[in-house]
Amino acid sequence: MHSAVAHHFESLEKQAEAQRLGMWLFLATEILLFTALFAAYGVYRFLYTAAFSEASRGLETWLGGVNTLILVTSSFTVAMGLDAATRGRTRRTAGLLGLSILLGAVFLALKAFEYHHHFAHGELPGRYYTGPIAGSGGALFFTLYFLITGLHAIHVLIGMTVLAVVAVRCWRGAYDAEYHVPVELAGLYWHLVDLIWIFVFPLVYLI
Amino acid sequence: MSPLPAGDPPVYAARNYLNTPATGLRSWLTTLDHKRIGVMFLVATLVAFALGGVFALLIRIELLTPGPTIMDAMTYNRIFTLHGVVMIFLFMIPAIPSGFGNFLLPIMLGARDVAFPRLNLLSFYLYLAGAAIALWGMIHGGADTGWTFYTPYSTTTTTKVVPILLGAFVVGFSSILTGLNFIVTTHTLRAPGITWSKLPLFVWSIYATSVIQILATPVLGMTLLLVAIEHAFGWGIFDPARGGDPVLFQHFFWFYSHPAVYIMILPAMAVMSEVVCAFSRKNIFGYKAVAYSSLGIAFVGFFTWGHHLFTSGQSPYDAGVFGVLTMFVGIFTAIKIFNWVATLYRGSISFKTPFLYFLGFLFFLFFGGMTGVALATVSLDVHWQDTYFVVAHFHFIMVGSTIMAFLAALHYWWPKLTGRLYSERWGLVGAVLIISGFVFTFLPQFLLGNEGMPRRYFAYPARYQALNVASSAGASVLAIGFSVVLVYLLVALRHGPVAGSNPWGSRGYEWETSSPPPLENFEVVPAFERGPHEYHDLPAAAPGAGEGRHA
Amino acid sequence: MSDLLRRLLFLPPAASQHARDVDSLHFFVVITTMLAGLAIFGTALAFMIRYRRRGEDDRTPEIQPRHWHEALFIGVPLAFFLVWFAIGYPQFVESTRAPPGAMDVFVMGKQWMWKFAYPGGPSSLDELRVPAGRPVRLLITSRDVIHSFFVPDLRLKQDALPGRYTETWFQADAPGRHQIFCAEYCGLSHSGMLAELVVMKPEEFDAWIALQRRGLARAQDAAAVPGDLLAAGSSLVEQGRNVAAVQGCLKCHSIDGSRHIGPTWRDLYRRRERLSTGAVVTADEAYLTRSMMDPAAEIVDGYQNVMPTYQGKLTPPEVAAVVEFIKSLKTPAVRAGPSEGPVYESTPGR
Repeated sequence: MHSAVAHHFESLEKQAEAQRLGMWLFLATEILLFTALFAAYGVYRFLYTAAFSEASRGLETWLGGVNTLILVTSSFTVAMGLDAATRGRTRRTAGLLGLSILLGAVFLALKAFEYHHHFAHGELPGRYYTGPIAGSGGALFFTLYFLITGLHAIHVLIGMTVLAVVAVRCWRGAYDAEYHVPVELAGLYWHLVDLIWIFVFPLVYLI
Repeated sequence: MSPLPAGDPPVYAARNYLNTPATGLRSWLTTLDHKRIGVMFLVATLVAFALGGVFALLIRIELLTPGPTIMDAMTYNRIFTLHGVVMIFLFMIPAIPSGFGNFLLPIMLGARDVAFPRLNLLSFYLYLAGAAIALWGMIHGGADTGWTFYTPYSTTTTTKVVPILLGAFVVGFSSILTGLNFIVTTHTLRAPGITWSKLPLFVWSIYATSVIQILATPVLGMTLLLVAIEHAFGWGIFDPARGGDPVLFQHFFWFYSHPAVYIMILPAMAVMSEVVCAFSRKNIFGYKAVAYSSLGIAFVGFFTWGHHLFTSGQSPYDAGVFGVLTMFVGIFTAIKIFNWVATLYRGSISFKTPFLYFLGFLFFLFFGGMTGVALATVSLDVHWQDTYFVVAHFHFIMVGSTIMAFLAALHYWWPKLTGRLYSERWGLVGAVLIISGFVFTFLPQFLLGNEGMPRRYFAYPARYQALNVASSAGASVLAIGFSVVLVYLLVALRHGPVAGSNPWGSRGYEWETSSPPPLENFEVVPAFERGPHEYHDLPAAAPGAGEGRHA
Repeated sequence: MSDLLRRLLFLPPAASQHARDVDSLHFFVVITTMLAGLAIFGTALAFMIRYRRRGEDDRTPEIQPRHWHEALFIGVPLAFFLVWFAIGYPQFVESTRAPPGAMDVFVMGKQWMWKFAYPGGPSSLDELRVPAGRPVRLLITSRDVIHSFFVPDLRLKQDALPGRYTETWFQADAPGRHQIFCAEYCGLSHSGMLAELVVMKPEEFDAWIALQRRGLARAQDAAAVPGDLLAAGSSLVEQGRNVAAVQGCLKCHSIDGSRHIGPTWRDLYRRRERLSTGAVVTADEAYLTRSMMDPAAEIVDGYQNVMPTYQGKLTPPEVAAVVEFIKSLKTPAVRAGPSEGPVYESTPGR
């Protein structure tokens, strides 16, 4: 029996199955966490249609677009890393995960640049809002904007940490072609972070 | 597959989870054993229950007279808030799933542990951390918002709302992790032979509860966080002065908190399905109906939250849809009640303490459920909304049903947890005190609600005093009842007669192992050839089986 | 019979037809519940006596339900529940829709008092006076947190929400006095937020309101709520005209029908307006209030988004006054566009 099997599992496959199911359930809770914010965004978009579309037009769509590309690319490198792991080439996996972390960092840097831009223009949440849009709509847009993108950024950070841990363990040879569930799960998490952004981007920037 | 223990003197399992691998405090605090984590949850939630109970008594004493009795309005407002917060987030939600669920679910599945033991321990410490944060907030001023935290009051009050919100947020994650663990365990760790159609009904209900915990709790977590942010920074999400919508908060809050009511009641139903079979020595009537109705409640429960908003200016169409959907939850509950009663038919009914609590449970669930359906008729709700009628209704469900189930579980599985029997005579006294105390406490509150007394009132018009005094008198009986139970159970812990592996003659899988169970749950994992609620194929004679020795 | 039941159930006296209707449903619900309880617990009791454990070697047969058992378990309660709903839901719908010609009273909750403003100007604190036998529509709002306007004797309750109006209505039978509670927890003196509903003979009410309008009883109300209304004596419409002038509303909104920076107020009330989003709204009290609080949210098609918000600049009574002023600018004959659905004229006597 493989050394990674815990005492209460009968086999590695059974354990992997449990871990995958657990991860998928966890991802479901993550999606619901964001769903609350998306729902709030939808409600206020409906209540303040004009202000929201005006505020949304004011965002740098090209920056959001570039960030989308970056995240999709990083998801691709993670997938390639997992592919390498299934073949037992874990050093290559570690490299690809490292690349993904780098892309995540670029994403965050661009996001920080964008935030800086908002700060400079008084586009802050709630009572701090001093931007150009009259009424409460603009302030509410930026409240939700910062909540959604901020929570997403926190998830990017967590994802990068998880990938880093797994990459280091890969480099040290903790996984092999038979057992690499952690790589798979870390990858799943990263894909979720990516997927959420795929929803955030059109919702906040494009509509 | 062993038959009923036949006449042998009951044996206290020498090697059990209580003494292996060690007995020190450290071995408990760092344990990964689901049984020990379950017991720790039970102890922690019981402490929370005692705290919430003290708050409840203070409320009832204050309401003895129409004016101020022992405290001022500010203190009263804080105390009813803390009563709600402690009872719901720290007792009701974790007590049965995280306590008994943790202890029993893996054993009932023939597994050695839950799927993720470390996550399980983390869940316990998250609970402690959340409780500690909330407690800190309570000591430093408490909150005066009611446990429902309605905006914009909750975002503008100067009391310590933020730590209490954060405490509830952290406890929410404990609940999510437990639910996740149970679902994965049920899917992947069932022993060979335990198919879905042979799953104990306890597991079915806990499974349904876990689904709710996973899907609803994140939304609550986010909502509470938004209120905390609003309170701390004024970001305007629910603040009408900044264009926010306070009713949106109510939608978000009840999207979790209504299903959360089923997090509280489904485990109670889980316990009772086991108890009714064991003490009528009979197979459950309508296994599938009882099992699937749990899933039905979990599912429909997500679409009924709007019935908390009938008077909030919601459109009549919404009110109609939510009203009808609420009726369906009533139907699923009705299915269970009918099937439990039908289970008694041609049974062999033994009136041990857990069964007495089952009777109390049946009574309170019926009237709590029927008043719930009556509230869903909308026009009656307009009169009852936010009055003591609603208070009585949900206490019938939460206290009446869930605490009856909690006590039934405590008595039914006490031999399994401790290896010892409590005194049946005192058990009877305790049950009679608690059930009658409960009726006296909350029946007058239905009438108070009819008469129009709003809830959360520090002072009230003098015409409501008689019923309030009656309710407070009932509460004191209730308090005596709980004290009696506490005392005889603690005595039994030390001095109770040895129970043996199966004192009730139950056919549940958890009774297939010794009491208390060994660390790995089963010395030899049974083959699980029969269902967990089958009694028709008992061996021919079992004289004196399962009686234990009484003190 | 119903009086006896009412007493048994501790229900307060029913002061309107709606209250009596709700009580009938109440009795029906209680009686069916008790009968069902009797049947279920009677059956359980019979089983418990007949099938009590007689010896440790008792054996029980395996009994499985047939499909019709479960169908019965579902069908019977569902039928009863739906009958309850079929009675209760129309009652609720009826209670949300005021009949045409109802008298409007603006109700404002604030920590911890109720303020009532009548058509034509008078206002009162913690005492709502209405005529018996005439429908009264309540337009309810809050100045701070959520409150709930609750009259047990009328079986009526409606939340008061800050920043928007909700409405309900009632028609009290006979002269008398009834308790008003706040039912939504609103802070320190939540339980002290009491008021009284005084139902008067119609002719006495008419005389009272006329007296109020003439200002004879003004002084005490004005003293009770300092600074709440601009000029406590004048009628709501007059106050609204003053507020509109002082706040600069009339710089952009004409009152003679001519087009200016903003839409004219003449015949604005109940007009169906097409918005820049393409949606169509009716300019009712709720819309007018929303437009003052968040003008940018719903811009009438063809106009620019230039109006500042009046959130926090106007007190709720001032908002009510402006709304009343706009309502007073309605000419009876003209209506822009076809009427859709019932249109409630605001008040008699103006």
